[in-house]
Amino acid sequence: MIYRSLALIALPALWTLLFVAIPAALILKISFAEPQLAQPPYTPLFEAGEYGLVLKAHLANYTLIFSDPLYIRALGNSLLYAGIATLCCLALGLAIARAVSCAAPRWQPLLLTLIILPFWTSFLIRVYAWIALLKPEGLINAALMGLGLIDEPLVMINTGFGVVIGMTYTYLPFAILPIYASLIGQSPRLTEAAVDLGASPIAAFWLVTVPLARSGILAAGLMVFIPTVGEFVIPDLLGGSATIMLGQALWSEFFSNRDWTMASALAVILTILLLAPALILQRLELGSRPGMKK
Amino acid sequence: MKRLGSIHITALTFGLAFLYLPILLVVIFSFNASKLVTVWGGFSLHWYGVLFSNSAYLEAALNSLKIATTAATIATLLGTLGALVLTRLGRFPGRQAIGGFMLAPMVLPEVILGVSTLMLFVSLGIERGLLTVALAHATFGAAFVLVIVQSKLVSLDPNLEAAARDLGAGPVQAFLLVTVPSLAPALVAGWLLAFTLSLDDVVVASFVNGPGATTLPVRVYSAVRLGVSPEINAISTILLVVVSAVVIMASLLQKQALMRDQR
Repeated sequence: MIYRSLALIALPALWTLLFVAIPAALILKISFAEPQLAQPPYTPLFEAGEYGLVLKAHLANYTLIFSDPLYIRALGNSLLYAGIATLCCLALGLAIARAVSCAAPRWQPLLLTLIILPFWTSFLIRVYAWIALLKPEGLINAALMGLGLIDEPLVMINTGFGVVIGMTYTYLPFAILPIYASLIGQSPRLTEAAVDLGASPIAAFWLVTVPLARSGILAAGLMVFIPTVGEFVIPDLLGGSATIMLGQALWSEFFSNRDWTMASALAVILTILLLAPALILQRLELGSRPGMKK
Repeated sequence: MKRLGSIHITALTFGLAFLYLPILLVVIFSFNASKLVTVWGGFSLHWYGVLFSNSAYLEAALNSLKIATTAATIATLLGTLGALVLTRLGRFPGRQAIGGFMLAPMVLPEVILGVSTLMLFVSLGIERGLLTVALAHATFGAAFVLVIVQSKLVSLDPNLEAAARDLGAGPVQAFLLVTVPSLAPALVAGWLLAFTLSLDDVVVASFVNGPGATTLPVRVYSAVRLGVSPEINAISTILLVVVSAVVIMASLLQKQALMRDQR
């Protein structure tokens, strides 16, 4: 029995050790090194000294991240754009989830499928689609100018607006599903009772429905915020150097500057940033997993 | 009481238009005869012809298919084993660590997965190529397979396997003849999901691929960075059709499996 259990555990445990745990440790190690012109292009963490191994940890990368305006901006932009996109997704998600939950029950599965389907089409293509829409000679500008609403094309691409709209578009389905799940679990009688007691439908929605759906709304927010903070493709294609985020900073340290140590330090900072939201999300999910509730 | 107000209809219409219009425009303009991406010049399959005579795209597509098939197969095996470990072995020391590390790739940004896996390959002295991309893709694919298979395993009646054991089946035999057939839809759905995730990845592949192992998304990405072109619209349409077809198949299989359970 014990041998069978060990045989079952061996492969997944060794695989995650090799491909998740060890790479994470390597990144942490390299983030404390200094770049050098050699193979590998970073200094060793331990060096042979007079009394055995000597720890040579450099904090230069970390002090630079928190003092250089470029990295501070990347950090700020990551939180700012992810935050705004999360709020946009929550606002749209609440409206759409509410509408779906009010539709006739037989239509609800179809509506939900329609909402999730775009999420499963190619991610790259969905971001690409917005380039064609947003650029100065793109479809939105062509339409607005054709209608005579504007004379000059609006600058939408390579701006924070472009990044936020791309993120909102890409992650909106993530927000709709958890909110829908928490709305559908509510008894409609609660809102009815509020209305009977004199609340307007809008007041009943904000004072009864939304507070009851708060765990779903929190989960929805985290499910948008977590992937958008570390996003690379969206800010790279719809933003650019003006709207640099952490993912882009990491990418350019690695590919353009060939500074593996700085890229690693940025990866560590990004992971730390995501740790708390990820743990909160995990707790929420554990509470709502089928088979664990009731 | 179940009545859709005008606010709700507006929200749904706007929401669905927002979700579908951008993709639809890419598809429509892939059939545009004009080279201009905002002016409609009549229906044409010209850009598909251009695409299929471009050997760089074809080679990249072939690489992507090889990588996605390998990655999805490894991911399904790993994810299923992981799900079994987490649901069938009860509590044991290290259970949480295995679960946490196996699911971590779902939460970690792709840039981190890419750079950290690359550091592993470099420090082990492994030459980068198709295999390294497939291994990296298998690692994050396994996390998604694990979730799908686990949710199915939880709903299975453990008594069925016990009954098979009582009737004389060995543990492996009982697993293969009783549990695997009822897991089959989840396994296929997981494989298809891992396949599409691999087929869609730009970031991780950019880090861990080597010369001659450029995948289709990586090639499309470098073209997209240069701007919009009707050729990219055409390849986007093909990718959309392939990926959506695979995903719809996966979700139908899962739904079918759920319905069978409820009966």
